Amino acid sequence: MTKKQVQQRGNLLQGTLDMLVLRTLLYGPAHGHQIGKHIQRTTNDFLQMQHGSLYPALHRLEERGWVTSKWETAPDRNREFKYYRLTEIGRKQLVVEESQWKQMAEAVARVMWPAVEES
Amino acid sequence: MRWWQSWKGTAKRDADLERELLSDLELEEEEQRERGLSAEEARSAARRAFGNTTLIREQTRAAWSRVWLEQLVRDVKYGTRTLLRSPEFAVVSVLVMALGIGATTALFTMVRAVLLRPLPFHDSGKLVMLYEHYRQNKGGDGFNAVAPGDYRDWRSQTHGFEDMAAMRGYGGIFSGVHSELPEVAQSAGGSANLFPLLGVAPAFGRLFTEAEDQPKGEPVVLLTWSLFQRRFAGDPGIIGKQIHLDTIPTTVIGVLPSWFTYPDARIQYWMPYAQTFSESDYGIHDGHQSEVVARLKPDVSVEAATHEVSAVQYRIHLANASKPVAEEVWSRPMIDDLVRGVRTQLLVLLCAVGCMLLIACLNLSNLLVARAAAHRKEVAIRGSLGGSRLTLIREQMTESLLICVAGGGLGLLLSLASTHWLAANWRNLPRADSVHVDGWVFTFAAGLVVITGLLAGLVPAISSTGKGLLTALQESSRSSGSLSGSASRARLRKTMLTVEIALTVMLLVSAGLLFKSFMRLRMADLGCRIDHVMTIKFGLPEIQYDTRDKVMLFHQSLLERVRRLPGVRGAALASAAPGSGPQGDRVFTILERPAPSYSLQYDAMTLTADPQYFSVMQIPLLRGRVFTEHERLDNAHYVIVSKQFVDQFFPGDDPIGKHVRSGWDADVENYEIIGEVGDTVYDVTKPVEATMYFPILSGIPNRTSEATIVAWTSVDPLAMSTPIQQQISALEPELPVYNALTMDQILGKTTASQGFAANLIMAFAALSLFLAAVGMYGVLSYLVTQRVSEIGIRIALGAQREQILCLILFDGLRPALLGLILGLTASAGATQLIRSMLYGTEPSDPAVIGAVILTLLLIALIACIFPAWRASRLDPMQALRTE
Repeated sequence: MTKKQVQQRGNLLQGTLDMLVLRTLLYGPAHGHQIGKHIQRTTNDFLQMQHGSLYPALHRLEERGWVTSKWETAPDRNREFKYYRLTEIGRKQLVVEESQWKQMAEAVARVMWPAVEES
Repeated sequence: MRWWQSWKGTAKRDADLERELLSDLELEEEEQRERGLSAEEARSAARRAFGNTTLIREQTRAAWSRVWLEQLVRDVKYGTRTLLRSPEFAVVSVLVMALGIGATTALFTMVRAVLLRPLPFHDSGKLVMLYEHYRQNKGGDGFNAVAPGDYRDWRSQTHGFEDMAAMRGYGGIFSGVHSELPEVAQSAGGSANLFPLLGVAPAFGRLFTEAEDQPKGEPVVLLTWSLFQRRFAGDPGIIGKQIHLDTIPTTVIGVLPSWFTYPDARIQYWMPYAQTFSESDYGIHDGHQSEVVARLKPDVSVEAATHEVSAVQYRIHLANASKPVAEEVWSRPMIDDLVRGVRTQLLVLLCAVGCMLLIACLNLSNLLVARAAAHRKEVAIRGSLGGSRLTLIREQMTESLLICVAGGGLGLLLSLASTHWLAANWRNLPRADSVHVDGWVFTFAAGLVVITGLLAGLVPAISSTGKGLLTALQESSRSSGSLSGSASRARLRKTMLTVEIALTVMLLVSAGLLFKSFMRLRMADLGCRIDHVMTIKFGLPEIQYDTRDKVMLFHQSLLERVRRLPGVRGAALASAAPGSGPQGDRVFTILERPAPSYSLQYDAMTLTADPQYFSVMQIPLLRGRVFTEHERLDNAHYVIVSKQFVDQFFPGDDPIGKHVRSGWDADVENYEIIGEVGDTVYDVTKPVEATMYFPILSGIPNRTSEATIVAWTSVDPLAMSTPIQQQISALEPELPVYNALTMDQILGKTTASQGFAANLIMAFAALSLFLAAVGMYGVLSYLVTQRVSEIGIRIALGAQREQILCLILFDGLRPALLGLILGLTASAGATQLIRSMLYGTEPSDPAVIGAVILTLLLIALIACIFPAWRASRLDPMQALRTE
């Protein structure tokens, strides 16, 4: 992957990263590494997780009160990790962001593939 | 504390983030190892996957909302570092700003306390002072003291004011009930309603009653707080007890509160107003000595109320057509009345420090422009890489704000110290005791810091981040120095320099004029001997000294005793020494030329003197003779007049042998004019007044019992003070003396206040001149650096060193000359404001203006000569190789 490609993907991610993180946390509490890995795996490595975006995003979400964090011992390892957990407000925010994203995606789709819409 | 907590929180969060990143990094590393990579490879792979951890940290931190705080901390750090890189610049500019801000704050504190803060009385905005006004104004400001009879008529016959009260300055001898520890004290008489009118309640005891406020009322006294503390150790047990006032047993009825120091902090005790008059004097309309304070009714305008009083006064005037009774009444607010003497001085001083602060600001601004020029390229590069202009301006402003904050802090300390000093050393400053620093002063200082910081920082910041970023970058190695960016900056600096010089010139002219006035005052001719003269004042109590013989005998014996003292060349008695303030006036007519009506009635200052006074004081005898030793007691119907008196009342005529008709003694009698002497002045700042001298050896008790003994000594006059006092107490052990002053001291006393203001302004002007010189030097040095390669080329092409010298010199002197012209124009207006403070000089005094022009040009030349000389010494090869 060239540097340029990485940058483009990064840009694509910027607006939606918050939503993806919130959606990931819907499965339950997770630490940063898990969240990153999960997004990467689920998108078949299409979205390479940039740590430079992930951690600021996590802290931003926490600052806004959408997630909380706590140091907890991981079940499979005898070590503490910082686990992020979705809050009630976070859950509501996820719904908002999801519907916004849906509208956005539909709007983009109507422009890009008008034939599809006609059928 | 919140700030500290949030800072601590940030530190904690930082550690937390560090730990989070580390644990995730380790996890990544473990996962890589599980895939079969070696430990070494796994670590580097994990680090690769994570990327720049520092960057991550920075970006995460940006997500926290305290960014602005960190930005501020960073700006401050950056600014401090920049400043510390050139500590001399930092120290000098902080000191300059500290001086400017400190002086301005100190003066503001004074102005606020003295001019702006309301008087400490109940609803003080409604208090006005009433004065009599003569339509044919006899000089002065038109506000004349009030006669007791007038005041009583005003009070009983008008209804425009809620009430009016009278007071008068008085003096007396205060002693214990056994006449012990006598002291001459300044006192005042106040009518019974004065304190209720002002809203002053006694700290202990009670106030005067109307019954006590009568000429023959029960003798009572109110002590001021200072006397109460000093003499009675603050013991309220004194109330109801007796003390002696002028040897009269008097009951202490109360103590005034500590804050009540009106109208003068030196007043020691108050007597009922009427008791300061004899029964016959209490109703007179032609003896003026009182001040009247009145409280406005809520629904009556001051004009209407004053007009009503004025109408009453006009009736009094008509009823007393043969006496000096004013026709009108004028009023002015009480606070204006109290501060009238210092208002102009204070405002002028405030303007002067304001100017100095502005100069300091411009100077700082100028220096910052030069420094900004030094990091021109850095700024240009950051600007072109996307650094927002606001950020760049903010960074630059931080520097100037830092300087101003440090300067302001230091200045505030300076002002705390200097305010105290100013209030203590300013002679006759009204309300000096109310001068103290309060919240407003801090706010003012903080405001000054912000304004000066912005003022000094904004111009350089905008000019260095503005247009021409590209130009700055292009100005690389081969800059000729005249490209648009730096040229406009040089123009900017020259403009600021011009303004700076103009302000300095204004200050210098004002200071020069005031200083010249002061010098004139110091050298003013009192009209008599100044060197080696000691004066001591005393007043014989009228109870014991109640006949002409007793008074005359005391005077005569004292003169004999003092004249016998070794070290005394001559001694004489007079009612007051020259220069010791205004003495009483007396009306008179001239027997040989009767005046048709009151309006032509004459008025002259009245003094008393003994036969030797004129020779001892070297007051020249111009015509006739002085008193003889036989002209005393009843044989004393003679008068000596001053030159001004003759000029005024006998123009072109010989006064000798003519007669003055005056009620100097009890009745109006004729006094033969036997001599004419030279003029003396009662105050060097005031014009000469026509004066009559009556014989002091007439011994008339209430006319001659107050006297000043003047001694011309062959030794240091101050050393003679104690021997003379011993002679007085040998005659009358309980008689206190006061105002033991040499003539030099008397002269100094009347000029001290002017001298103080003049010295202060001079100091400010000198500082400003210094600042302007530094500014000029800085600008020119900068210009020379800018033009190094140009000068190099000129020299290489054959320009003479002298030509280069002239070129640079002219470059620097042009703004100086322009500033000089501007400043002189502006000072023509500014000096009109200080006209009332000038003595013996005019706002357009050519000597002062000439001196200012010369000084400024000289300083400008000195400031310019070094950079110019350096430029002319440039080695062309080296100059062309620089950069």
